[in-house]
Amino acid sequence: MNPANYLLLSAALFTIGTVGVLVRSNALVIFMSIELMLNAVNLTLVTFSRINGSLDGQIIAFFVMVVAAAEVVVGLAIIVTIFRTRSSASVDDTNLLKY
Amino acid sequence: MSTTQFLAEAITRTSSGEAVVFWFLGPVALAAALAMVLSKNTVHAALWLVLVMFCLAVFYVVQDAPFLGAVQVIVYAGAIMVLFLFVVMLVGVDYSESLTETLRGQRVTAILLAVGFGGLLLLPIARAVASTSAQGLGESGFNDNVGAIARVLFTQYVFAFEVVSALLIVAAVGAMVLGHRDRRDERLSQREQATRRFTDPEHQFSPLPGPGVYALHDAVDRPALLPDGSPARTSVPSEYADSIDQAYDEVLNERSRRTSIEGSAGPGSAGPDGPTSVERESTAGRDQR
Repeated sequence: MNPANYLLLSAALFTIGTVGVLVRSNALVIFMSIELMLNAVNLTLVTFSRINGSLDGQIIAFFVMVVAAAEVVVGLAIIVTIFRTRSSASVDDTNLLKY
Repeated sequence: MSTTQFLAEAITRTSSGEAVVFWFLGPVALAAALAMVLSKNTVHAALWLVLVMFCLAVFYVVQDAPFLGAVQVIVYAGAIMVLFLFVVMLVGVDYSESLTETLRGQRVTAILLAVGFGGLLLLPIARAVASTSAQGLGESGFNDNVGAIARVLFTQYVFAFEVVSALLIVAAVGAMVLGHRDRRDERLSQREQATRRFTDPEHQFSPLPGPGVYALHDAVDRPALLPDGSPARTSVPSEYADSIDQAYDEVLNERSRRTSIEGSAGPGSAGPDGPTSVERESTAGRDQR
């Protein structure tokens, strides 16, 4: 099997994540879609690491995971704070900065 | 040749076993990702995402990255998704995502753009890497993956590693700052709480009555009857509140039926003096059975 199939799979996963970010209006699901995109990129990094026979890709994937963990913590805290003031997790309701 | 060596041999080239794994788990991952985007319930979306992450973990292990596979399961599928589920439960699972679009035609446009984006992403990749062969990571791929990563991480990337540790601390502090909420009102003392228990008219300090006591049935959804014959509303769980009135009607029917039996059976069948009080008792007892 051609290892590039992994790249195609991760491109497809990334696209699905993009659709989720664009289409859904629940902030939590949007956040999960962003996680899906990060995971897709990780798969690309691991695949390239293997294709090129170098460990750097795996190291970068490792850093991406750490940064994603930090991002999830802060992002979820922001969502909870917004929910406390607006009592809604929908991104359409968070429009106070518009005017 | 030990088992691990054999595995390492098999993993550095794309074997037919790997093809089986890919063609089985790849569609599963794609379908789970689609289901995540499409599912209405946020908890279901989170669980579908967990499935995607497990599939990716298997791909990592198959592709010379067993350490990343383990980290993926522990950090992503374990920690991050549990955090997600916590927040979903905190915010509340609402199924009522509004179907009205804030921007008109946004969904259609988004899907069209995404299809185009996917085409732009997939086709060049498919062309450019049509005949790639994996070089493989050799010894550092499977047998000594953790050691090899540690060697690179703590020499070449040590500065990035330190910066990332600072980032994690900042993120933890930031989450605490964002999640903190000041108390607006004074906290009640124990004495005040105890006083309020007895002065608050809403609060009941005796135990709730059990269901069905003095009623016709002792099922859970049948309310207990108070001494005046009215149903005790607190005696059934709130889920069965609908059945209270029905049960009360049953009680009323039963009561009128009994009085009519007593009234009609009294002078006809009994002796000239009418039924004695003992006979009346036994009739009522039979009716109850």
